[in-house]
Amino acid sequence: MTEGAVGTTGTGSGGPERGSGHFDAIVVGAGHNGLVSAAYLARAGLDVVVLERAPVIGGATLSEEAFPGFRYSVFSYLVSLLRPEVIHELDLVKHGLFLVPTASTLNPLPNGDCLFRESDPQRTYHHIARHSRRDAEALSEYKLEMRRMGHLMFKLQRAAPDELAAAVAGHVGEEPDRAGSEVSAEVADIARYFLDLPKERMRSFLQMLTMSSADFLGQWFECDVLKAALSSSSIIGSFLSPRTPGSAYVLLHHYMGEVDGVYREWGFQKGGTGGVAAAIASAARGYGAEIRTDCPVARVLARDGRACGVVLANGDELTADVVVSSAAPQVSLATLLDAGDVPGGAGEALLDRAARWQSTGCAGKVNLALDGLPRFECMPDTGPHLAGGITIAPGLDYVDRAYDDAKYGGFSKRPFIDMIIPSVLDPDMAPPGKCVVSCFVQYAPYELAGTTWDEQRDAFGDAVVRTLAEYAPGIEDQVLHRQVRVPPDIESIAGIPGGNIFHGELRLSQLFLLRPDPAAAAFRTPLPGYYLCGSSTQFGGGISGGPGRLAALRILDDLKRRGAEAR
Amino acid sequence: MARRAPQGTQAIQRALSLYRSFTPEQPEHRLTDLAAAHGLHPSTAHRLLGVLEAEGLVGRNPDTQGYLWLPESGYGGGERPVRRNGMRLLEPLRTPFHRRTEALCESDAWRDWSGYTCALNYEPQPDYEYWAVRNTAALIDVSPLFKYEITGVDAERLLDRVMTRDFTKCRVGRVMYTSWCNEDGHLLQDGNVQRLERERFLVSAAEPCLRWLEDCGLGMDALVRDVSTDLGVLALQGPRARAIAEAAIQGVDFAGMRYFDLAGGELGDAAGEDRGVPVTVTRTGYTGDLGYEFWVASEDAEALWDSLTVAGADHGLRPAGLLALDMVRVEAGLVLIDVDYVSAAHAEIEVLKVTPAEAGLGFTVKLDKEADFTGRRALERERERGPAWAMVGLEVDWFELERLWEEIDLRPQVVGEPASREPTPVFAPGGEQVGQCTTRFFSPLLKKYIGLATVQADAAALGTALELEVAVGYGRRRAGARVVKRPFFNPARKTAVGSASGGHG
Repeated sequence: MTEGAVGTTGTGSGGPERGSGHFDAIVVGAGHNGLVSAAYLARAGLDVVVLERAPVIGGATLSEEAFPGFRYSVFSYLVSLLRPEVIHELDLVKHGLFLVPTASTLNPLPNGDCLFRESDPQRTYHHIARHSRRDAEALSEYKLEMRRMGHLMFKLQRAAPDELAAAVAGHVGEEPDRAGSEVSAEVADIARYFLDLPKERMRSFLQMLTMSSADFLGQWFECDVLKAALSSSSIIGSFLSPRTPGSAYVLLHHYMGEVDGVYREWGFQKGGTGGVAAAIASAARGYGAEIRTDCPVARVLARDGRACGVVLANGDELTADVVVSSAAPQVSLATLLDAGDVPGGAGEALLDRAARWQSTGCAGKVNLALDGLPRFECMPDTGPHLAGGITIAPGLDYVDRAYDDAKYGGFSKRPFIDMIIPSVLDPDMAPPGKCVVSCFVQYAPYELAGTTWDEQRDAFGDAVVRTLAEYAPGIEDQVLHRQVRVPPDIESIAGIPGGNIFHGELRLSQLFLLRPDPAAAAFRTPLPGYYLCGSSTQFGGGISGGPGRLAALRILDDLKRRGAEAR
Repeated sequence: MARRAPQGTQAIQRALSLYRSFTPEQPEHRLTDLAAAHGLHPSTAHRLLGVLEAEGLVGRNPDTQGYLWLPESGYGGGERPVRRNGMRLLEPLRTPFHRRTEALCESDAWRDWSGYTCALNYEPQPDYEYWAVRNTAALIDVSPLFKYEITGVDAERLLDRVMTRDFTKCRVGRVMYTSWCNEDGHLLQDGNVQRLERERFLVSAAEPCLRWLEDCGLGMDALVRDVSTDLGVLALQGPRARAIAEAAIQGVDFAGMRYFDLAGGELGDAAGEDRGVPVTVTRTGYTGDLGYEFWVASEDAEALWDSLTVAGADHGLRPAGLLALDMVRVEAGLVLIDVDYVSAAHAEIEVLKVTPAEAGLGFTVKLDKEADFTGRRALERERERGPAWAMVGLEVDWFELERLWEEIDLRPQVVGEPASREPTPVFAPGGEQVGQCTTRFFSPLLKKYIGLATVQADAAALGTALELEVAVGYGRRRAGARVVKRPFFNPARKTAVGSASGGHG
């Protein structure tokens, strides 16, 4: 309770009956961002309730024991972007955050060779030099440049440019249109910083926003294997090929985790990714927030041009001073909002844009329970390389062909696979001697041409195991259980429309002040009192908690200002 | 009919036959002669001899470049290496586990610990070893500890005179962590004392103390024997330690063992080969986690290592080196002699000396005990006036680090480093130096920059705001910090009894 009470104390804290009552704030959705928002709001003294449609919290951060003794991280599987301020301010370690690093990446190749990268740059140099001495040397320069780019992104996040958002949004909310007035020192600072950038840095940054990752990487490296390996982070979760313009930005987005002071590497949450949501929920509850599951919201209530609560699917009404939704815009805006409630007559257009938000899922998850550790032909022992990431992306053409399959409505016959073996990192995930394998697989389009996922689910699972067997012979005989999750599952279980893991493609048309909509930039919507805090907001995508935090801070700021005006 | 050797043994046979060429009569050979005599290609012979050389079985004559027999290596005939007076001159000392640790130490990173060669980190980076302690289990060779057996009717009386703890209260089957001081009440060492029998104790210490124990026991019926090289000591630490120990060791009720209990058991590995090898088990360790230390005769050390390794294979057991140990012990808030405090035995100047209370070990001083232990009067005086210094836990504010690095346009560069032992000044906010931080690092587990610091007693209260000097780029800056509770990490499983191994947090 460091910020002191903001706003009024709700009447709901006395244990209102389920389905009724008044709160200071209602949070829609108990994914990690909704929970982060709830925790910050409750931490400031607000009476907060989180309403989750599913029977469990976590959204896409979900773990389950789908096969006795084996725990799967059903969807998201690694954490690297979680903001340090979220960890520190919410004391998440105390609440169970426990991230075991995955320090290396192995890219097995069809010829029995491999590309191996470790956390030690000197050793990695020698691994790469086997393929190309020039590239081995370039890699450290490339990483330095990427760190600088990542730092630029932090600068942008830090600046929280209210005025810019207002200028883009042409705000009709409680924040008066500040366009035309003098810019704040914050914005002036950030503008100065950008203007002072060395020219080549500015060029790199603009390239990152617009180029394909294959082209961007092609400026640095000659070795196809390395380019394919590095391009992995440019396609994960995006319906893009490394050769699609704009994919270079996704590279940067994923790189930010490595730039950050706290991680600089990918971590596996002990017990599975659901533990991250559980830790945030524990923090939120510790600050007094209430979390209700099996509690779908039908729409946002508005009165006098201001959000004032929600109507639940069962018809009950909950009232609140502010409502914040962590759902994707197709839900938050297109479904929960009534166009007539949006002031200024801009509702129809807004809802229409939100419904057309690009958010087509393209990735599946295949979780395997194995009888023993897989043996890769390229490194057949059971050494520490099995504790790192293992990526099947042996060349740019390979990944591009996998994309081609999906472009025309099929799943990739020989897919891109990003694999980890959680039980090596955390033996609690599987019985002794056995193991669980998590395969993030692309591409698996949300809609299949001429068939359905119900018909193709097994064939997709087979394609994954078959592909793995090309590099780890015998793995097909080790499988004890297989769980196949495809975008429609992500949609139905995690509640993300289209099953896109980022709540919307990370492409320039959907980034920064356009995320998720020019009229709903910087966490506010045109309906005063209604906010967005999910991955589909500014800087969203990945388990960062950043949007949840920034939205909460925005709300607290607005409440404070509103309180001051009322006095 | 001659038995056909299994495949892959050819190299071994060749190496052995090469080794047999060296005799007392002809201890030196040239490579070409050896290769010709054995029908080997010179490069094959060179490779095989290289292995023998690495194993210390043969050496090179620096004058002739010929290969030399090293008979004192003592291999062969089932014998262990025999060393002249316990050590070969000019050669680093090896612990009884060395052949095992050496085979696993891929990084070839070693550190001298009390003259012994110990693995600093087995893999190129200590990360996985560090996490093994907190997440699965780790094996740590801590054999370089000095070990003294004290026997006799007056054994208890001797310890009660030397030590600040009350050894009349130490029951058989218990271990006591204690300090010992000089007459001025200045701390000499801290260490564990096991009570194995009524009249038999084992003191383990970071530095030698035979002379001190003998001198303090003058006239008593107690024998102090240095058993340092007789015993190998292996620490098994981490959440999975109990499951592994139960599978490897027979005759010990691990679930019923309390923190600082001691028990005798024997190896009971599945193969049965080493069944019956006696082991002393103590529920102790230097990690602040669930764990045990195993004390075996040096000749049984490898059997112990093998048993634990086999039992731990499915539990994520890893060997861990000194870098990882140094990280976890800071999280556990445990002080290290000659890093966090200077032993009065070799403090060159008076101001470096501290009392147990000043080193954070005040809880080991039992002024209510009957015996007139060494340093007692000085410590009684200290209790009246209060210690001048205090050992505290420091937590550096993350946002302060962000702020300082932001000034040079970087994110905080404190992550991924092993613990730093360079003493660093600690200041009152905006004011004078009030102490020094002696060990610090960014805890990957806690996501916090933490350290152990000795500060003036009036700056030691929990929550006290302080500043720690940090190097930001080439500049020296001050980052806001505060005094927090030690240990920084204290999981329930560390002390839990029964089947539950306890969560973390």
